[in-house]
Amino acid sequence: MSFRSAVITFPGSNCDRDMADALEKISGAAPFRVWHREAQLPERLDFIALPGGFSYGDYLRSGAMAARSPIMQAVVAAAGRGVPVLGVCNGFQVLTEAGLLPGALMRNAGIRFVCRTVPLVVENSQSLFTSGYSRGQTIAIPVAHHDGNYFADAATLDRLEGEGRVAFRYGEDVNGSARAIAGILNEAGNVLGMMPHPERAIEDAHGGTDGRALFESAVRGLVGA
Amino acid sequence: MKVRVHVSLKNGVLDPQGRAIQHSLEGLGFAGVHDVRAGRLIELEVDDSVTDAALDEMCRKLLANMVIENYRIERVAP
Repeated sequence: MSFRSAVITFPGSNCDRDMADALEKISGAAPFRVWHREAQLPERLDFIALPGGFSYGDYLRSGAMAARSPIMQAVVAAAGRGVPVLGVCNGFQVLTEAGLLPGALMRNAGIRFVCRTVPLVVENSQSLFTSGYSRGQTIAIPVAHHDGNYFADAATLDRLEGEGRVAFRYGEDVNGSARAIAGILNEAGNVLGMMPHPERAIEDAHGGTDGRALFESAVRGLVGA
Repeated sequence: MKVRVHVSLKNGVLDPQGRAIQHSLEGLGFAGVHDVRAGRLIELEVDDSVTDAALDEMCRKLLANMVIENYRIERVAP
């Protein structure tokens, strides 16, 4: 059974090709490439990815316009049916703006764009996306963002931590994120948003391969390969 | 008619942009500035028939992010 995934492209997405490449190399099947103005997703999807980039030039707020694109209604519906959804960087911003994940991504505390490989601590190794890691493991994954400063009110942060929904934390101060949160899961565990780019760390030429396990976890979990 | 929507960060939400502006003002030699909060002004030109409820919905659905921002709607007399 082949892995059926889709990568959504918004105007201004720029990591969609890297995401598609990672999914193809790790699952063996090329993802469907879906333009944001489509109203429907391909049928029987195993996995949906919202890539990084600067959708709509970050106008209004990062991810705000993309979250109201026609395809997002279909993504929200699919997420509600339990289809796994991964949002990376701008994709994470879109997921929060679309209400699939709580909180918001604000301007980095240091104002500057941060572009470097950072240590990430795996906080939850039980999820569909993270079962290939072990809890407490530190991995090296690149970040490249201006608005990665995760914000949510204290009650929401407590709930995320209490329910094991913090997937990754930064191992050093990167952007001022509340409680060093780098990636979070939704309540059902089928939606993951994260600022770091696992698709940029899947082969030696990238300078590291710590992102592979995320995609391998998902593919293994979904097709039992 | 013209409508102005003022979007501002909620109290308690840190504003790195405002802080940078404050530092720049200090750098220019302006004393006595204790805090700066940067917001956004959105001007809409709408039919007179557009209701307050519709404007409110525009703010909640798109113009403001209710997690971090407040908004204020001002109808500007022609």
